[in-house]
Amino acid sequence: MTDQKTPCPSGGCEASSSAGGSRRKFLGAATAAMAAALTGCGTISKEEFLQHNFKELSKDEVLSVIDRLEKEYKAKYGKEVKVANTPPIPGVIFGYALDLSRCIGCRRCVYACVKENNQSRDPQIQWIRVLQMDKEEGVNLQHADQYYNPEEVPEEGHFYMPVQCQQCKKPPCTKVCPVGATWREKDGIVVVDYNWCIGCRYCMAACPYGARHFNWGEPNLPADEVNPKTHYLGNRPRPKGVVEKCTFCIQRTRNGRYPACVEICPTGSRKFGNLLDKDSEIRYILENKRVFKFKEDLNTQPNFFYFYGV
Amino acid sequence: MRFPTLSTLALGLLILLGPAAFAGPPAANQPSEIKVDTPAQEGIQVPKPPFSEGIFPCTSCHDGKSMKPNLKRRVLTDMHTDIILNHGPASRWCLDCHDANNRDSLHLASGEKVSFTASYLLCGQCHGDKLRDWRVGVHGKRTGNWNGLKQYLLCVNCHNPHSPRFKALKPMPAPTPPEQIKARKGGAR
Repeated sequence: MTDQKTPCPSGGCEASSSAGGSRRKFLGAATAAMAAALTGCGTISKEEFLQHNFKELSKDEVLSVIDRLEKEYKAKYGKEVKVANTPPIPGVIFGYALDLSRCIGCRRCVYACVKENNQSRDPQIQWIRVLQMDKEEGVNLQHADQYYNPEEVPEEGHFYMPVQCQQCKKPPCTKVCPVGATWREKDGIVVVDYNWCIGCRYCMAACPYGARHFNWGEPNLPADEVNPKTHYLGNRPRPKGVVEKCTFCIQRTRNGRYPACVEICPTGSRKFGNLLDKDSEIRYILENKRVFKFKEDLNTQPNFFYFYGV
Repeated sequence: MRFPTLSTLALGLLILLGPAAFAGPPAANQPSEIKVDTPAQEGIQVPKPPFSEGIFPCTSCHDGKSMKPNLKRRVLTDMHTDIILNHGPASRWCLDCHDANNRDSLHLASGEKVSFTASYLLCGQCHGDKLRDWRVGVHGKRTGNWNGLKQYLLCVNCHNPHSPRFKALKPMPAPTPPEQIKARKGGAR
């Protein structure tokens, strides 16, 4: 596929490599129309179907894609939804640290994340999963329960370990993507181009943290709960059939703000900052506290750390 | 979570002037002799201390004239009975932290006065490791900008100074187990 990046379910692609200009154009349009008909993608516009991988788009193309998306969201939700394209800040690699000695497992972060990042309410998708573990066992996934529901937390004899995307330096999920729809940005955030994702879910199989989530059904996001401040690679409303994940609230952090989960945490267990800034709190933690990486033996090299603040 | 009044201050002088004293906190009564560094001088933004409504300034009752300070350690029975002191040794009491001569201020062990907005200095006398971690942003919550202006919380915004253990919370709902999640009909892909 040299000039035309659309999949060819009709099988008529081989002709395009040797074809002349007008014939090529005709075939492109015809393929798109046929693909739409054959795959049942009736509601996808021709522009969306022919859209290239986000990383290959020129500036003008990105702007027109964003313009199209904003119009679609306006029609769907009846309000202005801004889709940003904020690039990584030079000299910044984001790091995250979570204090296991303070987390009480109240799940405030889970729901702040859902609200901020426009996850589907039903079918339910949550990017943060809080594991309740036995103090006797330590960090042992054989003794982890994510469905705990007592009257009050913390419960005696337990500690709590929230797990979300670890933003690995060697992310296994991006390696297995057959179409290059997910990659690690320069500031260390692993992102997904929802318009390029084909929904094969290889990345979900590859991720050892269960951090990726699939839209099995049409996401249900009530119009009055839509967060209108979005990023193309982050919290813009997703279609059915694509994978999504934590992006460190890319729409907030690239504008200098803390992620939503950091700001909601009532115990102040969640710490965030620039790993390259030696005066940041994240660097203080790495240099002065007892820190570990989750499943370090897999050599995924997370930029997400767990520590004991006491 | 219920934040109790910080006004243990009162304690000595339990006789109230009457409800009228609480009606309008006079703005003119600002303490003038408190000179210990404030958070703003350290470049730290903190919210207001969580006073109970209408309780501050304490000098609206404890003006030192109508009520003479009573320095005798005792259990308060007439006023501030909602405060249960569960913090450190049993011998500790109100005036160990609240200043008898200026009720709108706290004082360190040295006797140096500290304003309510800089109460972390008082806490840090015993909890020095926590104060150190708090200053660098590791203990406690920060909001705002990771690369710019940050908001801190005072110790007392999370820990009731009279009973400082962090209170248990009701957890938000557990996630739906996969077998109960049903895909919705419709959609494009």
